[in-house]
Amino acid sequence: MKVEIISPEATLYRGEVSFVYLPGSDGSLGVLNNHAPLISSLKKGVVRVKEVTGKEHKFEVNGGTVEVMNNKIIILAE
Amino acid sequence: MANLKEIRIRIASVNSTMQITSAMKMVSAAKLKRAQDAVTRMRPYSEKLQEILSNVSSTLDASEGVYSRESDVKNVLVVAITSNRGLCGGFNNNVLKELRNSLRTQYAGANVKVLSLGKKAADVYRKTNMHYTDGFGETPYTIFDKLTFENVSKIANEIMNQFAKGKFDKVVIAYNSFKNAAMQQVKLEQYLPVVQTGGASASKVEYIYEPTKEQILEDLIPRSLKIQLFKALLDSNAAEHGARMTAMHKATDNAGALVKELKINYNKARQAAITNEILEIVAGADALNG
Repeated sequence: MKVEIISPEATLYRGEVSFVYLPGSDGSLGVLNNHAPLISSLKKGVVRVKEVTGKEHKFEVNGGTVEVMNNKIIILAE
Repeated sequence: MANLKEIRIRIASVNSTMQITSAMKMVSAAKLKRAQDAVTRMRPYSEKLQEILSNVSSTLDASEGVYSRESDVKNVLVVAITSNRGLCGGFNNNVLKELRNSLRTQYAGANVKVLSLGKKAADVYRKTNMHYTDGFGETPYTIFDKLTFENVSKIANEIMNQFAKGKFDKVVIAYNSFKNAAMQQVKLEQYLPVVQTGGASASKVEYIYEPTKEQILEDLIPRSLKIQLFKALLDSNAAEHGARMTAMHKATDNAGALVKELKINYNKARQAAITNEILEIVAGADALNG
């Protein structure tokens, strides 16, 4: 599945990943392939993405919103 | 006809002015490119945010939040976005003129305060009782030195805060929007209360909402307001550099024309001087021979 992490000033990350960990405002959530469509708000925390190759990236966010649809995850980070 | 030395000095002075204006034009062109890039980089975020917002609000009545409170317009805050520097043609005056017009007509009976972002508007309103800085500190004047989302957020938060407290019934942003390098369009945009955009583009996908639609909406609206202000500032910044570039281009052209004219005058004066000299010599020789 594809992930895009966008801030108002730049696109921070774009890539093919196998797993995404998100600091949802109601508790952390992990997103795997074929997740159902979801819109959630995020709280301050760390977004972790695991690439297909096994490499991991971390991003600090100050809250935000995430949309999951058709194996495409868009994270609007602040 | 002016004497030779005067014209020579004049030519030199116009030439050096031309060098300055053409250098400023180059600088503005480079800055314009950067400002436009910033606008482009912000676009995916604002588009997606708008999409999610209309998705969430299409099935909800969003007119209940603190930022949607409609009431009689008594206290108006106008956020005037101008530049920090001049030499950009009618850029700042256009905004200020439009502002004065609307103050005279639309908001004639209201108590209007002006929050100036950028020095030029501040210079005009500082002497009036409309000038407003409560709670904003010095940031409004320095915002263009460091135009980051974080800095803009602070201002947007303070505006929202004061609106929520009921200090203002309406907030309007006045700024130049960027059309192309040579064209700016003055816009007066309603900022608060939130303008409802029709949720026509709502998709048919059934989303899971976490925590709830209402809470997401509550979280999204302030964010979209911050983006709206950020967008206006970036737009104005790009427009400013465009305006300066055009103004400097015209100034350079004018200086070129002026130099050309001065050179013709200079040559005419030089020739007249030579002719005079020959006449004098011939007359002198004639007198000796006579």
